[in-house]
Amino acid sequence: MYEQIRRNRRASWLLMAAVVVILTALGYVIGLAWVGSSDGALGVVGLFGVAAIVWSLVGYYAGDRMVLSVSGARRISHEEEPRLWNVVEEMTIAAGLGQPPAVYVIEDPAPNAFATGRDPAHSSIAVTRGLLHKLNRDELQGVVAHEMSHVRNYDIRFATLVGILVGLIALVADLFLRARLFGFGGRRSGDAGGGVGVVLMLVAFLFALLAPLAARIVQFSISRRRELLADATAVELTRNPLGLAGALQKIADDPTKLRMGNRATAHLYIANPLRKVKEAAGLFDTHPPIQQRIALLLAMAHGEARPLEGEPDATA
Amino acid sequence: MIAVIVIIGILVLLGVVFAVLYNRLVGRRNQVDNAWSQIDVQLKRRYDLIPNLVETVKDYMQYEQETLTKVTEARSAAMQAGSAGPQAQAKAENMLSDTLKSLFAVVENYPDLKANQNVLSLQEELTATENKIAFARQFYNDSVLTYNNAIQMLPTNIIAGMFNFTAREFFDAPEAETVVPKVDLR
Repeated sequence: MYEQIRRNRRASWLLMAAVVVILTALGYVIGLAWVGSSDGALGVVGLFGVAAIVWSLVGYYAGDRMVLSVSGARRISHEEEPRLWNVVEEMTIAAGLGQPPAVYVIEDPAPNAFATGRDPAHSSIAVTRGLLHKLNRDELQGVVAHEMSHVRNYDIRFATLVGILVGLIALVADLFLRARLFGFGGRRSGDAGGGVGVVLMLVAFLFALLAPLAARIVQFSISRRRELLADATAVELTRNPLGLAGALQKIADDPTKLRMGNRATAHLYIANPLRKVKEAAGLFDTHPPIQQRIALLLAMAHGEARPLEGEPDATA
Repeated sequence: MIAVIVIIGILVLLGVVFAVLYNRLVGRRNQVDNAWSQIDVQLKRRYDLIPNLVETVKDYMQYEQETLTKVTEARSAAMQAGSAGPQAQAKAENMLSDTLKSLFAVVENYPDLKANQNVLSLQEELTATENKIAFARQFYNDSVLTYNNAIQMLPTNIIAGMFNFTAREFFDAPEAETVVPKVDLR
């Protein structure tokens, strides 16, 4: 269990670094090709930094309220939903948090749940009516533990950051391609002669075309890693892997589609509300395949950490 | 001249590292204390809920007076055991948990009672409180582990030694004999 937690954390930070590298490389190459000097390149990279800060502040402070209203969530009190409220409080105590997150219910028959909020003090958990009906107390506890783990691991903040970086990559690449197509951004005096300049321009084009795609692939990979991390840290809270495993099995078996599911918020839910059960993880999946998650949880119940496909076995 | 600056630089760096590690130890110790008081909060909550439960079921369960008396007595014993130290308290609390389990097993025999809204919500509250006690203990033990690790491992053990940070005990409640509740099939 602890081994899985460590592995997932390490992997997601490495992937995050990859995104930053892609962004910096893109900015630099474009700056170099466009402006024709390395000062210009650095200037472009600096511009990205400012845009990222502004963009992130907006998402940071207003993000969770937007997500909650889009999903049709309604805040509930202890009297309205005692079992759900108590389970959230139990997990708050297990996590050692000061106060529990705000609890919301979504009146939707499909079983699903999500968490949002920039840090544990400003967080919310939403659960569908379908989930409340179909799961027993242990399974509900597993799901709530998973969602609270997202909050505890600062996954929302992490994902927002990655999303901003990836968005910036796409934006910059787009701007550059459009500008070149329309013939703006000519060469200044004093830069390299014809041949080198053309090659540089081609390289920049290639980067601009491929970087957004590469960044998205990395982003999805990060998302899958954080989901596995949330599963492992949920077990750290409940010490009961079978609860969450049972819940995931019930969610996987349920054919009901989430009415309010859409692409923008899909990655926040415990199970992908848009795509149905798949065998292997596609490059563009926000969640790992449910059967894989269940298998990992069951392996935890038997005291071992099973490696994922293609990973060397880290356990003795 | 350069040598002096380097030495001062190193000393400042060491000082900063020292302060950071010391603060971390203090933080961890405080977390252990906080976790301990959390357990207390949940235990008191259970004391408060029980009289309510006994009142609600008393009229329905005229043949179960013995079970009810056991619950009430166990509760009083637990409340007093608080002053006798953590081991004694843990034992008393476990006994109280057992009497409650017996009570709920007996409630299964009374369909009227089982369906009663008040009983159901009290049952939920007591289950939740039992869970919260368990999780509070779990978090206390987790905090003790982190703290004990810090004061025993390098480099923080040096600072721990200097300022007398002592190891804390885990909450190792002795398991009371599991009493199989006698369900009277009448």
